[in-house]
Amino acid sequence: MWSIISVLVENKPGVLFKVTNLFRSRNYNIDSISVGITENPEFSRMTITTSADEKQLSQIVKQLDKMIDTVEVKLLDEKKSIYRELVLMKIKILKPSDVMEITDLANAFKCNVHDVRRSSIVVEITATPDRINAFEDLVRGYGILEIARTGMCALERGVGNES
Amino acid sequence: MEKMSGARSLMVALEKEGANIVFGLPGGANLPIYDELYKSNIRHILVRHEQSASHMADGFGRVSRRPGVCFATSGPGATNIVTGIATAQADSSPMIAVTGQVPTKMIGRDAFQESDIIGISNPIVKYAFQPMTVAEIPEVVKKAFYISSTGRPGPVLIDIPKDVQQNEAEVTFPSEVKIRGYHPWVDPDIREIERSIDMLLASERPVILAGGGVIISGAFAELQSIAEMLMIPVVTTFKGKGSFPENHPLSLGPIGMHGHAEANKIMVEADCVLACGSRFSDRSVGTFEEFEKNLKIIHMDVDPAEIGKNQTTHIAIVGDIKASLRIMVKMLIQKAIKREGDNPWLKRVNETREYFRQNLKLHSHPLGAAKVLRKLRETLPSQSIVTTEVGQHQMWASLFFDVIHPGTFFSSTGLGTMGWGFPAAIGAKAARPDVPVVDIAGEGSFNMTENSLAVSVLDDLPVIVFLLNNFSLGMVAQWQRTFYDRRMIGIDLKNCPDYVKLAESYGAQGIRAQSIDEIGKAVQTALKSNIATVIDIPIDPQEDVLPFVAPGTSLKDMILPS
Repeated sequence: MWSIISVLVENKPGVLFKVTNLFRSRNYNIDSISVGITENPEFSRMTITTSADEKQLSQIVKQLDKMIDTVEVKLLDEKKSIYRELVLMKIKILKPSDVMEITDLANAFKCNVHDVRRSSIVVEITATPDRINAFEDLVRGYGILEIARTGMCALERGVGNES
Repeated sequence: MEKMSGARSLMVALEKEGANIVFGLPGGANLPIYDELYKSNIRHILVRHEQSASHMADGFGRVSRRPGVCFATSGPGATNIVTGIATAQADSSPMIAVTGQVPTKMIGRDAFQESDIIGISNPIVKYAFQPMTVAEIPEVVKKAFYISSTGRPGPVLIDIPKDVQQNEAEVTFPSEVKIRGYHPWVDPDIREIERSIDMLLASERPVILAGGGVIISGAFAELQSIAEMLMIPVVTTFKGKGSFPENHPLSLGPIGMHGHAEANKIMVEADCVLACGSRFSDRSVGTFEEFEKNLKIIHMDVDPAEIGKNQTTHIAIVGDIKASLRIMVKMLIQKAIKREGDNPWLKRVNETREYFRQNLKLHSHPLGAAKVLRKLRETLPSQSIVTTEVGQHQMWASLFFDVIHPGTFFSSTGLGTMGWGFPAAIGAKAARPDVPVVDIAGEGSFNMTENSLAVSVLDDLPVIVFLLNNFSLGMVAQWQRTFYDRRMIGIDLKNCPDYVKLAESYGAQGIRAQSIDEIGKAVQTALKSNIATVIDIPIDPQEDVLPFVAPGTSLKDMILPS
């Protein structure tokens, strides 16, 4: 089971290194990490997904909180958050009808289709991990040539108690 | 606003923080800093190896409870203090390490004597700064002292590129700094303290476990009041040794791998523990699962990340130990809570202590560790400061050297750094020149930083090295005897060097003491002469440290001398 940790950090050099080094030195694993600047340019938000048991997870949150460059650490509740990942998938085209079929699947999953070529097509999907996995299963038969994923990006719903 | 160089602003900022002594060694990349040190009133102690500078700053910091400062140049100078930084981090000791760095334009170009000390030190510092402009320096220094000395103390590194030391700029010195991601002051939760009192009173067999946090926060009086009001026996961790007078009727001494037999025994029998500033290290508690069985744990700590890290706690109180214990004392007084000493548990505690006092077999050699260290205790004034090296002698000190005056015993307990004790003793002497300072040493460990004898002599920081010399790496030898079927390798140090001559070659005093009587006389001579003294005591290389809780086992599996 994976968990999502949202960490607001000082936007300055070396902070990403410190966060990932903390995971490494305490033997925790990062499944995915995405980092970007926030509405306030002094801060970045890191969204980290990790597979850890409850005890480990509580340690991860505490150790992150202890870091001086972290301003806020939140363990996100899936039900009270919006979380998405963007994936680019290059899929093999063997016959012309493959393009149509893949485009139909992509539409059903609200994906964007890019770069249609004779032997490959790139599909962009932004969804929850479950939906991404479902789509991946459906197109696996055509042959997936390459995948690039951004890692999870997440925000809590509402403000304060609204969530 | 004042215009000055980066190096000058560093010196002014250090003076503003009250630093009046630095331990260090100059080199190419920190010469501008040294040039300003020349002009300042700060005392410089020239070490013979940067590692010793960091240990001296550490010793100074632990004793004075404010950050000790050390200087090193870039590259190898910086990497040489890494062990000292890691030691300070493991034992939550306040320290400021200032390293020179190659000029900003050369960073990342594999310049001569360039090392990425920010990257190297990351997992072992509380925080690290690398000011890239002169204007940043005053605030960086202020923040460094603030971070290092508050909350759970620790080492902070300031890495200053050489051009930033040299350049001039307008600077202002802030009187206060705020760091939004750092909140060291946490008010302890009063309701949880109230619940703790109830839990302690409801328990039949309570114990107080005092850790290093009691010493760091100086909560000696509060701890003693609580123990006496509730008549609860006190065990300590090794780091917490001497947080409670070891001649007190409620004292049982340290628990752990080489804890006192009675302390381990009573800890195992307890049904409730009030742990104050202890991180439940494996060396203290043995196997985590076994330790917490049938035990209600009340955990007080300034570091929230320690709660639940190694042990499941029933009540957690986050906050400064002294503040938390003070609230508890007040509550006990207000509610007029007192427990009588006349109860079956205390009777059991006293019987256990008496049993081991009578029956624990001590090594029969005329210079057995117990006899040697008890003689030192008998001869040394109780307010003297004692440090140790790392090894058998350290564990014997834990077993046989009673700390009477709280907060006078210091050791590298977390990292277990050989070579720590002697330079740390010199740092301690710099912090407290008014009291005798003794390094209880083994020769294997002393070898690692023995060149600090030059510092002890030349800088008028006389300490006594009380050297238990067994001509070998004794602790390793003990493990090879115990766990490796006596296949002895890599432990024989022969009788080399001659420590009396070694001391004399540095201008120190060397005395060989070959009987308990001679030991007493040698310590007295050293105390009177006030010059650095090495007392070389040839002990039995075959003596083991016992009792022993083997690694990976629990306190109840303690091996006693047969």
